[in-house]
Amino acid sequence: MSTNRLVNGVQVASHFKDEKHQYSSNKEGIWLFMATEILMFGGLFVGYTIYHTMYPEMFAEGAKYLDWKLGFINTLVLILSSFTMALGIYFNQINQSKKATMALAATILCGAIFMCIKYFEYTHKFHLGIYPGKMLDIAKVHPEHANLGLYFGFYYCMSGLHGIHVLIGMGLITWCLIRNIKGEFNSKYYTPVEGVGIFWHIIDLIWIFLFPLLYLVG
Amino acid sequence: MGHASSGKNYLNEHSGLWSWLTTLDHKRIGIMYFVTVMFFFLVGGIMALLLRAELFAVNTTANVGQVLANGDVYNQVLTYHGAIMVFMVIVPGIPAILGNFFLPLQIGAKDVAFPRLNLASWYCLMAGAILAFATFFTSKIDTGWTFYTPYSIRTGSSVVMMVVAVFIMGMSSILTGLNFIVTVHKLRCPGMSMYRIPLFVWALYSTAIIQVLATPILAITLLLLAMERVFGIGIFDPKLGGDPVLFQHFFWFYSHPAVYIMILPAMGVISELLTTYSKKTIFGYTAIAYSSLGIAAVSFFVWGHHMFVSGQSEVAGILFSFITMLVGVPTAIKMFNWLATLYKGSIEFTAPMLYALGFLFLFAIGGVTGIMLAVVPVDVHFHDTYFVVAHFHYVMVGGTLMAIMGGFYHWFPKMFGKMYNQTSAIWSWVFIFIGFNVTFFPQFILGAKGMPRRYFNYVVEFEQLNRISTVGSWLIAIGFIIALITMVRGVLSGAQAPMNPWGSKTLEWTTSSPPPHDNFIHEPVVTAGPYEYK
Repeated sequence: MSTNRLVNGVQVASHFKDEKHQYSSNKEGIWLFMATEILMFGGLFVGYTIYHTMYPEMFAEGAKYLDWKLGFINTLVLILSSFTMALGIYFNQINQSKKATMALAATILCGAIFMCIKYFEYTHKFHLGIYPGKMLDIAKVHPEHANLGLYFGFYYCMSGLHGIHVLIGMGLITWCLIRNIKGEFNSKYYTPVEGVGIFWHIIDLIWIFLFPLLYLVG
Repeated sequence: MGHASSGKNYLNEHSGLWSWLTTLDHKRIGIMYFVTVMFFFLVGGIMALLLRAELFAVNTTANVGQVLANGDVYNQVLTYHGAIMVFMVIVPGIPAILGNFFLPLQIGAKDVAFPRLNLASWYCLMAGAILAFATFFTSKIDTGWTFYTPYSIRTGSSVVMMVVAVFIMGMSSILTGLNFIVTVHKLRCPGMSMYRIPLFVWALYSTAIIQVLATPILAITLLLLAMERVFGIGIFDPKLGGDPVLFQHFFWFYSHPAVYIMILPAMGVISELLTTYSKKTIFGYTAIAYSSLGIAAVSFFVWGHHMFVSGQSEVAGILFSFITMLVGVPTAIKMFNWLATLYKGSIEFTAPMLYALGFLFLFAIGGVTGIMLAVVPVDVHFHDTYFVVAHFHYVMVGGTLMAIMGGFYHWFPKMFGKMYNQTSAIWSWVFIFIGFNVTFFPQFILGAKGMPRRYFNYVVEFEQLNRISTVGSWLIAIGFIIALITMVRGVLSGAQAPMNPWGSKTLEWTTSSPPPHDNFIHEPVVTAGPYEYK
């Protein structure tokens, strides 16, 4: 219930035995939530696989319109951000709050860089008339494959849903950052940082699959 | 009578609407679900009565109805009846009301693992419901609750708004499931091993696994449908290279497991009722527990049986047919164990027991006709007829709704601390049980004779059976009115309930009625199984 008590220097809700019990329960909750995230993206991956099998040449053509170099930079940025996120947890585990704050700030910065690059990729495509599905500007693009819009339907849905998750992740890390500056986390209690960290790693992992599927498929 | 020494319980500890809207107590959240879901049930029920009233007689003028203005209005009422009953009544029904209230009590916990998420799940359902009802005022949905493409892409009604509403209600379902899994794993009291948890908890646990694993697929399906409508991304649109049948695959990949989200908790309730009111240890505890998990596992591999006539490959059809029949095995295991539990028990014909026995009778018919429909050639004949309508109403209403009502009457004394009038509760059962059969049994015959479902009008040969069916729907309505009066009178002026009015053996009956805020005054320690009757 809402009434908390202090156990070993940690606020523990009354329905948990102690802080370890609370920690392991929370962590299980986070992992179950991650399972739902993966399954939700799973629907897109299944759809992608089906249409890629039906129209491999269309996906190859679509990938040509993407700049693999930008995708590659973004992949590196996210991998770096996963590293800084892990540091954010690690520094809290060893009671180095200031360093943890720096690491979390660096993670948010990486997320921002990723979104900036994504923004320029999107606007560039809009400029060329590359929109999803029926909105694809055929007069401007002159696609070889009649249904090229379908590829971009997948491109925008997959990278868009991923981008929304990056933004949510940045929001959550900011929340951790503020609590971290207030000194709420230490080696005994850092569950929110770790939970958000798990979310962030999953989001990175999904991008690592999206990058080859969308950019390198040709 | 075992009341908390202070006289305080979860109902009177705080007062005022605000204390309810901000509560983190699983029992109060359960009651909030109870009130709201029953309201949705009333709305969905009125829709059903309207549909049946329209079908009371053949329309003599083309596209002018007896009760509803025309075929378009019929389609809308049909859609809202289905969507409300599925997404707002039966899916949240048992887990969110009875599960929320009794899962922690039955395993000796103070609350669910994440009380805030639990409250959030109620607000998700409310937000989704408000959005869903708002489509009433924008443009009424006419797609049917399944939102099949390509019609759902083309229709002028507020599909996007409805789909977002269902997405948010799906969040509610996921949060409940996630909460229950962690609660069962982590919050069992000392001595409560996994093989000592009541079978209702096993059923909720199996349900929770499906909720967590299947609902995300519905989420992405609905998002893609919304994207298809707004941006025309092409994934379900054949004009753009997409495939509308893929929507059906995605949709049923969620919605078939969702059928078991609806029925598994009902089976859990029935296990509790049968053992309590025959005063006998449940027969085959382990078999019933594992058959719940078995049904949950198989449920993910049978979605194609909704699509036998969609043009999927024959091999796929045959495979789905066989796997579907496989569901009959764990279900029959439950059935026979329940019957064996009754054998030589000292049976008390209380209202909850009558609902449980009604469940056995109706669910057997629903289940067996399900096996019939799993056979491809039979299904090709019955597809889209009233036979299918009768089948799933026997399972969903005859099964789940009977269990919900039985569960309410069983746990009512614990929830409200009051007794209800047994005789009037039994009358509610008589009307619902008889009315149900009068409504839906003729629909098997109508379907077998070829009356198609979802139609606003029919040929004159079907009029007699349709009349009988409509009269049955009035009997059901009377039954529910009696049930409502019984419960309201119970809450207002019922006698004080003792701690354990039914002589049940599970943990929730060892605390006061109604329970204190923290459920138990001292943390229980369990030394035996849940059904140790003499």
